[in-house]
This record gives sequence, structure tokens and C-alpha cells, in this order.
Amino acid sequence: MSAGAVHSIETKNLNLWYGDFQALRNVNFRVRRGEITALIGPSGCGKTTLLRCFNRINERYGYVRTSGEIKILGQNIYAPDVSLIELRKTVGMVFQRPNPLPISVYENIVFGLRIHSPLFKWRKSVLDDIVEKALRDVFLWDELKDRLHVRATTLQLDQQQKLCIARLLPLKPEIILMDEPCSALDSEATLAVEELMLTLAGRYTVVIVTHNMAQARRVSHECAFMLMGELIEHTRTEDLFLTPKDPRTADYIEGRYG
Amino acid sequence: MHKQRRRWEVIAEAAMEVLIRLCGVSAILFILSIFFFVFREGAGFLFGGFDPREFFGSIEWYPTSKTNVRYGALALIAGTASVSLLAMSIAVPFGIGAAIFISEFCGGRLREILKIIIELLAAIPSVVWGFIGLTVMNPIIMRLFDAPIGLNVLNGGIIVALMSSPIIVSISEDALKAVPDTYREAALALGATKWQLIYRVLLPAAKNGLLAAGLLGVGRAVGETMAVLMATGHSINIPHSVMDSVRTLTATIAAELGEAPVHSEHYQVLFIIGILLFSITFVINLTADLVVRGIRGR
Repeated sequence: MSAGAVHSIETKNLNLWYGDFQALRNVNFRVRRGEITALIGPSGCGKTTLLRCFNRINERYGYVRTSGEIKILGQNIYAPDVSLIELRKTVGMVFQRPNPLPISVYENIVFGLRIHSPLFKWRKSVLDDIVEKALRDVFLWDELKDRLHVRATTLQLDQQQKLCIARLLPLKPEIILMDEPCSALDSEATLAVEELMLTLAGRYTVVIVTHNMAQARRVSHECAFMLMGELIEHTRTEDLFLTPKDPRTADYIEGRYG
Repeated sequence: MHKQRRRWEVIAEAAMEVLIRLCGVSAILFILSIFFFVFREGAGFLFGGFDPREFFGSIEWYPTSKTNVRYGALALIAGTASVSLLAMSIAVPFGIGAAIFISEFCGGRLREILKIIIELLAAIPSVVWGFIGLTVMNPIIMRLFDAPIGLNVLNGGIIVALMSSPIIVSISEDALKAVPDTYREAALALGATKWQLIYRVLLPAAKNGLLAAGLLGVGRAVGETMAVLMATGHSINIPHSVMDSVRTLTATIAAELGEAPVHSEHYQVLFIIGILLFSITFVINLTADLVVRGIRGR
């Protein structure tokens, strides 16, 4: 647990191919526990691919191959005895487009509990408390407490996205992955989700992929810059933006490409 | 100034437009004229002498009796209902299962191959299915169940199930494919197993499309003629088990229309059966269509 205490995620010489195309090249990346780490870089640089390795959801597509090692909380997630189901319980994910399931707000939040213990009979009062707590944690309780049984897909987009964060919380994840969580939202909603992220830091390790450099600057403690499948530079956010070491990082943050 | 268009060009364009419009409305014309024709042939007896109580309530179908002609279609209706019911109880689970396999479990090449094969299944002529029922299924059923005859509800039901499964598979597969991929990712990322994803997310999300698939399958089963004529044994009675022989509404028309003198009562009653079948399939297809439209509207 020595490394696990400081770092929640650690990759070693991680390579990934989509068919013949190599999307990640020798990535060595460490994410500090309890902090927000942003992944930035131009489109197609592999940042979303890297994020989608951490809960192994990349494997949905049959043509993906990986080599190297990923340790989450000190455990190699490619070890044969790892349960994908437990991994995804520990590592939650929020997607680019809000994707609540086409069921009620309430059922969206308890969906994870129901699938992880399918035979357990949940007492209604227990579930009610869990739903209330999850919605309070994402500041949706006051807006939605009277609308718990409306279809989640009819909510406003920013409410949907916060709900997608809320439904991870009952599973008590250690890590939350966010793939451009604000790209479908307007500026006001973006701000609200960013504030929410800052309140989640500390309790959870957050990794966020973003196109928006200002957002990376506002919310992240550490920032990593990727280019063509390689991790170019990874350091404290203020250092990366003020004194980038690699000229390619400097060019990108000054907007010369990307 | 642009050049004046030549007269024949103007005429050709107008003619083209009329022609295309005609193609567009021809489907409506056909369906209306078929309905009109079937209705006209049956109308004389329908409004003079036809006894709906006997038709729907009696099992006595003696259209050619010299002394006591009776037109009780209850046994024929029961025949159609029993074959369709059995066929659907086989084809719906089987078809939806196949659709789930095709859309969720198999990759590129296998999927394409399976889809082509299932479409080929739909291209087998009805009479060939009947032939299979008569010569392949019949002895198998006789041997397996020690039955005196293998031409019965079971035989017809299995044959019709096989015939209607392609449409059920392809419509169900479309319905599953229409479920946004983001739902799959959402459930998988929360740790759902493939099975949980299917029964907790995909089936509920696709339920309208699956319902439409089932309804179209029923429509196919009710309207099927040649195969059931050959496979069900052609005996008029209300079945008490799947081992009983029956006769369906469609088979009755096919078997008797050629023998009935044109415009006789018998002939007209057969057309009334036609109207009944037409109405059943019309309602089923309309419902299926509205259900599918319901999904798109959302």
C-alpha cells in the first residue's frame, strides 16, 4: 500500500492499439489520491482512450489490444483474478453526453446498488436515504426532491449530468473518471458542475478529460498534456501553465495548434 | 435573358411528375381496390341471410350439404388461433433471443452472415415449408410422440414459427440497435454484467419495437395459408391438444374456393372469411405501425 497511499492510479509502459493504429505510446502516468487531475491535448491525442483504460470500458470493442500495466489502488487491473464488476464499482465514469438511463431519477440513483446485489431486498427507507444523500451531494436535492419519479431523460442537461455523477456515489467509488463532462452544457451549467467537482475532490480521486484549457486551470490540481498518444508533460497545474518545460506543451497552451 | 424552354421539355416534365405521383398513391389504390373487391364478392350474403351467431358460434361447417347447409366458422377460427398462438410462443422468444445475440454478442462478420441467412429464411416459398411439414416433420412427430398422425397443431405451429421468425428477428434487431449506445456504456460503467444490461436496460428501452415485432409476426402467422394447409391435417375441429389436427381460415379459402360455384352462398361465405382475415391483419399491422411510430415520436 506504500504507493497506493499517495497514488490512486499508476500506469507503466502502457500501449494501446485500435486494430493497427497505436493510440497510446509508453504512457507512464500517476494520479494522486484525492486530487483532481486534468488530461489536456488536441483532439485524437489519446486522452479519452487513456481515461477509458482505467475502468477497462475500452474492451467493449473487440479490436482493442493493450500492453503494459495499470495499477488502481495498488492492484493490477489486468490481473486474471480482477473482477470487472468490482473494478467498475470502484472506478465510476461520467460521459461526454449526459446519459441517464431511461428510468426515473430515483431508479437511476439506485441502479448501481440493484445490479451489484441483485438478490438483496433493499428496504425502501434505506434506499430513500441513499437517494437523498446522493442528490444532496450533487446539489440537486432541492430541485428534484418532488420529481424523483419523473423520467431522468426529461431533465435539463445539466441536471442530467449531475444526476450521472450522483448515481455513482451510492457505490462508494474511490475514483471518478470524467470524459469532457461539460462539453454539452452551457457556461452557467459548466460552472455549477465545476463547483461540484471541487467539492468532490478530497473524498474522491477525480480524473477529467477536457478540451477547455481554462477549465483545466480552474478545477485541476495536476495537469497532464498529451500529444499523439504520448504523455508529454505532467505536473502541478499552475506550473504547467506558467512554466511549461516542453516546447510542445508551451505551443499548445499558447494556442499555436490544437 | 435565359433561353425559352422547349415545349416538349415542359410536357415531359409534367408527365414525369404525374407518373411519379401515381406510383406514390398506387399503394393506396391497390389496398382500397382489394378491399372493395373482397367486400363486394361477400356483400350479397353478408347483408342477406348471413347469420353472425352461427358463423362465430358454431363449429358446424357444412357448406356443401344438400339438405342442411351450415356455415359455422368457430372451429376454423380456433384452428387459426391455435396455430398462431403456438407459433408465436415459439417464435417470439426464439426471435428476440436471436436478435439479442445478433445485436449484442456477435461482431462484424458473423453478424452480417447471420443477417443474410435470416433474410434467406424469409425467402423460402410457403409451399416448400408445407412440403417440409408434410414429409419431414410428420414422421418425426409420429415417432417422437407415438401419434397416429403428425399433421396437427404442433406441426403447423412449428412451421409457422420458422416462417415468421425472420420478420421478428429483423424488427427486434432494429429495435435493439435503436437503443442509444450511451445507455450501454452507462450501465456497463456502473458495473452491470452483460445479462443485467440486457434485461434491465435494453429490453425495457426497446420494448415498443419488440412488441411491434411480435405483432407483425402474429400478422404473418394469421395470414399464412399454403404451409398450414399442408401441415395441419385439414380436419375441422376445435383442438384439445397440440396433437389434434385442425384447419385454419386461410386453408379453408384455399381449399374450397376453387370448388364453390361463383356467386353462390358458399362462395360468398368464403369471401366473408376473407374480410375477417383482412380485418384481423389490418388491425394488427396498424397497431404495430402505431407502436413503432410511438418510438420514433419520443
